[in-house]
Amino acid sequence: MKIWVSAALVLLGSMMSGAVQAQSSELYQQLGERSGIETIVEEMLLGVADDERIAHYFADVDILRLHKLISEQVCNVSGGPCEYTGDSMAVSHNNLGINNADFNALVEHLIAAMEQENVPVAAQNELLALLAPMHQDIVE
Amino acid sequence: MPKRIFYGLSVLLLSAVQPVLAQQFEAPGSRLLATGGASTIEGSGGGGIVPWATLSSYADEGEWGATVQMTEVQVDDFSLSVQGASFNWNNRVEVSYARQQFDLETIGGELEQSIWGVKARLSGDLVYGVMPQVSAGIQHKSNQTFALPQAVGATDDSSMDYYVSAAKAWLAGPFSRTWVANVTLRNTEANQLGLLGFGGDKEDSREWVGEASVAVFLDRYWAVGVEYRQKPDLLSFAKEDDWKDIFVAYFPSKHVSVVGAYADLGSIAGLESQTGWYLSVQASF
Ligand code: HEM
Repeated sequence: MKIWVSAALVLLGSMMSGAVQAQSSELYQQLGERSGIETIVEEMLLGVADDERIAHYFADVDILRLHKLISEQVCNVSGGPCEYTGDSMAVSHNNLGINNADFNALVEHLIAAMEQENVPVAAQNELLALLAPMHQDIVE
Repeated sequence: MPKRIFYGLSVLLLSAVQPVLAQQFEAPGSRLLATGGASTIEGSGGGGIVPWATLSSYADEGEWGATVQMTEVQVDDFSLSVQGASFNWNNRVEVSYARQQFDLETIGGELEQSIWGVKARLSGDLVYGVMPQVSAGIQHKSNQTFALPQAVGATDDSSMDYYVSAAKAWLAGPFSRTWVANVTLRNTEANQLGLLGFGGDKEDSREWVGEASVAVFLDRYWAVGVEYRQKPDLLSFAKEDDWKDIFVAYFPSKHVSVVGAYADLGSIAGLESQTGWYLSVQASF
C-alpha cells in the first residue's frame, strides 16, 4: 500500500507543481507554502497507510483526492491562498467511528511529517492549534 | 543512591531510541508524546510532587498502559528514594503503587511508607475541547516505621489523601509554545507526605491544601516548569513548609521520560531550608 500511495502522490505532485503563489501568512510560509504543505500531507498519509491502528479507515478511500483536499485545507487554515473544496469535517467523517486514539494517531503522523520537514516548533504548534478544534466534528 | 541512578539511566539508554522512529513504531499507547507526564513521588501520574489530572502512560480509549519509575531526591540533610509502578485502563482509571525510603542522613535512621493510589478521569480532555481534564483520586498511605513519627506526635500510622485535579494544555500558548497547567486540591492529614505519620499533636484534623504546576514545552521533547505544593503543619516539634521545585523534563520517546529538578523543601524535622536535586526516570509500556 505504501509504495502505491508514494507513486500516486509523486505523480500528483508533478502535475500540480508550478502553482501560483500569492502573498500570504507567516504560518503558511513556515509550512513551506503549497509545495511544503503537500509534502507534509504526503508524508503524513504515508505514515497513516503504514499504521495498523488506523490504516483500515483509508482502505477504500481515493488517496489522491484526500491528499489534495487535506492539502487545500491546511493551506487554507494556515492563511495560504487556497480554497477548501471538500465537505465539512462533520459530514466527511460522519459514521466512520473514529475515536480519540485514532485521532491522536493521525496527529502523530502529522507531527512526525512536520519534524521531518524541519518545520519550526512554533509553526507546528500553530497548525495543531488550528486543527485541534476539528476533533469535536471528527471523533465520535 | 548512585547505584539506583545508574540503573535508571541504563533503562533510559536502552529505551531511548531515535525519537521520531519511536513515535511511529511500537508506541505504547495512542496519546500524544508527553501527555502521560511523569511519575510523582507518591506514585500517581503527574509532575514530580503534584498529582495531575492526566493519567499515567499513553493508554487512550480502548487501550491499557503501564509505567515503572525510580526517583531519587537529595537535599541537605535527607534523601528520598521512590520505586513505583502504575497501570492505566482506557485512560479512565489509573492504579498506582509506590514505596518510599526516607533517609535521615544527619539525624540518623530511615523512614518508610507505601502508597496505593487510584485516580479516575471524570470529564474533559487535556488537549482537545475547551474544558480542562478533571480527575479525582485517593492515595492510601501506610507508614512502616511509625515509632519515630509517634514519638514526635503523629496520631496514626496510615491514612488517605483525597484530591481533585484539573489540567489543560494550550497547543500554541504564549511564544507559540505548548503550555500545560494543573491545579490540585487535596484533603490530607499527612506529615511530610506521611513519612512522619498522620495527624498531630498541634492539630489533629484534616486540611485542604492547594497544589499547582505549570510547564512549557520548548520543543516536542523538552519541557521546563515549576511546581508548588502546600503542606499541612500538624506537628509541634517541627514546622512543616510548602514545597516547590523547578524542573526540566525530557521525553525522548513514549517509552521513557526523565525529569530533573531543583527542589526547595523548606524545613524538615527541625532542619531548616532543605534544598537539593531531584531525578526521576520513568519507563512506559
Ligand atoms: C485534524 C484531523 C483531520 C483532518 C484535518 C482531516 C481532513 C479530512 C479531509 C479534508 C477529508 C476529505 C473530505 C471530503 O471528502 O470532502 C477527510 C476525509 C477522510 N478522513 Fe479525515 N481528517 C482528519 C482526521 C481524520 C482521522 C483521525 C481519520 C481516521 C483515523 C480520518 C479519516 C478520514 C477518512 C477515512 C476520510 C475519507 C472519507 C470518505 O471519502 O468517505 N480523518 N479528512
